[in-house]
Amino acid sequence: MLRRAVIAALAAAAFAALLLFGDNYVLRLATTVAMYVTLASAWNIIGGFAGYPSFATAAFFGLGAYASGIALSNGVALSVAWGTAGLVSASFAVVLGLCILHMRGHYFAIGSLVVPDVLREVTNSWVSVTGGGIGLNLPLIGGSAEIQARLFLVVMSLVASATVLAAWTIARSRLGVALRCIEQNEDAAQVIGIDTSRTKIAAFAISSLFIGIAGAIYASWTIYIDPSDVYDVSLSVKPIIMALLGGVGTVAGPIVGAFAFLGFDELIWRNSLEFHSGFLGLLVVALVLFLPAGLREVRLRDLSHWIYKLRRRVAKP
Amino acid sequence: MTPLLKLENVSRRFGGLLALDHVSVSLGRGEVVGLIGPNGAGKTTFVNVVTGLLRPSSGSIEFDGHRIDGQRPDRISRHGIARTFQIVQPFPRLSVRENVAAAALFAGGAKTQTEATSIADEHLAFCGLLADTNKPAGLLPLAGRKRLELAKGLASKPSLLLLDEVNAGLNPSEIDEALRLIAAIASRGITLLLIEHLMKVVAESCSRLLVLHQGRLIADGPTQNIMKNEDVIEAYLGRRYADMQKGAGI
Amino acid sequence: MLWLQVLVNGLALGGLYACIAAGFSLVWGVLNIINVLHGSLIVLGGYLAFFAHQQLGFNPFLFAPVAGALLFLPGFALQRTVINPVMTRPVLMTLVLTFGLTLFLDNLMLVAFTADYRKINPQPPLGVVEFGGVILPLDRLCATMTGLALVSALWLVLRFTQLGRAIVAVRMDREAASLMGIDVHLIYAIAFGLGTFMAGSAGALLAAIFPISSLSSSSYLGKAFVICVLGGLGSLPGVVLGGFALGIIEAYGALAFGPENALTVSFLLLIVLLAVRPTGLLGRKGFT
Repeated sequence: MLRRAVIAALAAAAFAALLLFGDNYVLRLATTVAMYVTLASAWNIIGGFAGYPSFATAAFFGLGAYASGIALSNGVALSVAWGTAGLVSASFAVVLGLCILHMRGHYFAIGSLVVPDVLREVTNSWVSVTGGGIGLNLPLIGGSAEIQARLFLVVMSLVASATVLAAWTIARSRLGVALRCIEQNEDAAQVIGIDTSRTKIAAFAISSLFIGIAGAIYASWTIYIDPSDVYDVSLSVKPIIMALLGGVGTVAGPIVGAFAFLGFDELIWRNSLEFHSGFLGLLVVALVLFLPAGLREVRLRDLSHWIYKLRRRVAKP
Repeated sequence: MTPLLKLENVSRRFGGLLALDHVSVSLGRGEVVGLIGPNGAGKTTFVNVVTGLLRPSSGSIEFDGHRIDGQRPDRISRHGIARTFQIVQPFPRLSVRENVAAAALFAGGAKTQTEATSIADEHLAFCGLLADTNKPAGLLPLAGRKRLELAKGLASKPSLLLLDEVNAGLNPSEIDEALRLIAAIASRGITLLLIEHLMKVVAESCSRLLVLHQGRLIADGPTQNIMKNEDVIEAYLGRRYADMQKGAGI
Repeated sequence: MLWLQVLVNGLALGGLYACIAAGFSLVWGVLNIINVLHGSLIVLGGYLAFFAHQQLGFNPFLFAPVAGALLFLPGFALQRTVINPVMTRPVLMTLVLTFGLTLFLDNLMLVAFTADYRKINPQPPLGVVEFGGVILPLDRLCATMTGLALVSALWLVLRFTQLGRAIVAVRMDREAASLMGIDVHLIYAIAFGLGTFMAGSAGALLAAIFPISSLSSSSYLGKAFVICVLGGLGSLPGVVLGGFALGIIEAYGALAFGPENALTVSFLLLIVLLAVRPTGLLGRKGFT
C-alpha cells in the first residue's frame, strides 16, 4: 500500500515537472508515451482479458482520427468531435465483432489484420470526404506551440488514465470474470451461462472506444493526417508488443510495457536510424523467446541476486 | 403434470452417421435416471443436444414446457439445465473457489460477486473441496476435478443435472464417495441423469434406466427389469451371449 | 472480348500464385503456425534471382529451384532454433515472433539492397503470344508453368515419398506419428524448410514479372493468406485452386475498381470468407 502511494506521488511529481520545465521534444515524447499507454491498455481488454489477439487496433485508431478530422472540418466543437470519434470506432467494433469474433485463434487474428488495410484503401478512395491520399488538414487549436504541447500532453494523459481506470474496473467486475472464463475455456464458459458473444463484443467495443479517441486526439495534435499514417500496421503491433513486454492480461502490464518499449525505442533510434526496425524485430524475438510472461518475470530480487552472483564470480581469483 | 424434460423424435446426424436416431423420452421431476449403452451409442451426443452444444437435426426438446432445441448453451444453462463433462473442463488458472463462483454468478443468478463467492463456498463444502479453495483448478488431481465439475454444476442452480461419466477414472473408494454425493443431490430434489458405464453405480443410484444402442433408445424402464432385458444384454455382450443366457434360463 | 482478356490475365498468374501460397500453407497446416516471415522470404528469393541474373546471367525460371534450395537450410535452422520453442504457445506468440523476424529481415534487405524496385528484364525479352484477340505475355506463362511444376513436385513428394508421408502423418496426428517412431521435431524443421524453399522459388519467379522491393513483403503475405483461405488449408490442390481463383478475382477487381484496389478487393473477400466458410473450397484435415 505504501509502495503504491510512493509510486503515485513520484509519478505526479514527475508529471508536474514535465509540464513546468519540459522542452517541446520531451513533451512530445511524453505525449507519445501516454498515447501508447492508451492503445496498449485498450488492446489488453480484448487481447489480454478475453484472449482474442486483435490486430485491428490501427483500424480503430485511423477511423477515430478521420471521424474527428471530418467532424472538425465541418465546424463541430472539439470535445464533441473527439467523443464522436470514440463512438464511431465503438460502433464499427460492434459490427466487425459480429463478423469475426466467432472465429478462434489464427482465423480471428488474420481477419483482424486485414481490416486496417481495407479501411485505408477505402479512405484513400473516398476522396470527396477524406481528401484521399493527399491527407486531411485539421483546424488549429490556437495558442502558442508551448501551450499546445502541454495541452495535448494533459489531454492524452487524461485519456490514458481513463483507459487504465476502465481496464481496472472491468478486471474487477462481472464482465471481467466472464472475460477471464472465456480466455481460459470458452466452451466451459458457455456451459456455465456466459453469453460469450455479447461479452466479447462488449470488450471489443470498449477497447475500440478508447483507441478511437486516441486517434482523434492524435489527429488534432499532429494537425495533418493521411491514410498510410493513421492506418499503419505498427499501430496494431506496437501495443501488442508493449502488453507482452509488461505482462498480458494484467492492468499494470501495458503501462510498464509502453514505458519500457518506448524507452528502448528512443535508445535504438538515437543510435541507429538505419537499423531501427531491425533492432525492434530482434527485441520482439528475444521477448517472445525469453520473457513470455513479460517483464513481470524479472523481479528486482532476481536482479540483485544476479548481480551478487556476478560479483562473487569476479571476486574469486 | 408436465415432464421436466421431453424429447420427441430427436435425431442428430454427423455427415453420414446417425448419432441419435429418433429418440423419444420424458423425465419427470425428482427422478434419478441412468443412461447406459455401449461405447459410441450416442450418450454424450444426447447430453450435447439437450444442453445446446449441438442442434438436433430433427425432433423437438422441451424443458419445463418450453422448447429449447436450437437455443444457445448459455441460455439453456440459465433455464436450469447443468452438466458435467466427461473430460473435465475447469478454468485452469482460476482458483477452485473462483471456478464455482463463476458458475453461481452466471447460470446460478447470483447478484454480486460476493454473493456468488459465499454460494460457491457452500457447494465446495458439500462436495468436500474446502481444503482446496485457493488452489488453481488446473493443479487438482482427477478426483478433485470431478468434484469441482459437480460443484460447478450445482452452483448453476439446476433443476436438471446431467452427469457425464462422473466416475470414470476413479478408484473404488472415490466412487463410493461420489455415490454418496449423488444421493445427497437427489435428496435435494434435483432431477438427475447419470451417464454411466459402471453397473454398480447405476444399480445403486438409479430407479430407472434408459439404454442407447447405435443412437436408438432400445430400452426404458425400472432398473431391475432393464438389467435382465434381452435386447440390452445383446447390445452389450453380443447375440451369442444373449442366446446363452436365454438357454440357461436366466 | 475484354472479359476473355481479363480472364486470361487472371489465369496466367494462377500457377505463380499457387507457388506463393504452397509453402505458407504447408507450414500452417503441419506446424500450425502462421509464418509472417513468408512474405519477406519471397522477396529475398526475388533478390537472389535478380542478382543471379544481373551478375551471372542466370535465367530466373531455371534459377527458381536454386533460390529455393538456397533458402532451405536457413529455414530448417531457423525452425530448429527459434521457432520450435514457441510452437506450443498460444497463437499470439508465434505471430509476434515471426513478425519480429520479418521486421529484422526486411530491415536487413532494406539496408543491403535499398528500397529501389528491382525487376529482371530478360534479354532478349520474351514477348507475347496472341490468339483470338487475346494477348498472353510469355514471361507470365513461363512463371505460371514453373510455379505449377514446383507445386506438383511438392505434391509428389508428399504423396509418394516416405518423408512426405511422415509429414502428412504429423499433420494429421502428431502424437500417433511420434508413437510410430517419427521424429516429429525433425519433420517440423523439414516442413518449415520446404516452406522457405517454396517461398524462395516463388520470389525468383515473381522477380521475372513484377518489380520487387523489401517494402512489398506484406502484400505477398496477404496474397498467401487469401489463397490459403480461398482454397482451404491442408490441401495442395486447394492451393492451386486458390491461386487461380485469386488471379481471376484480382483481374476482375482491377477491371472494376482499378488496379490499385485489387488487393483490397481480395482482403474484403477474405473477411467474408473467414466469416462464412473458413475451411475454404477444398479444405480438410490432413495434407495431401
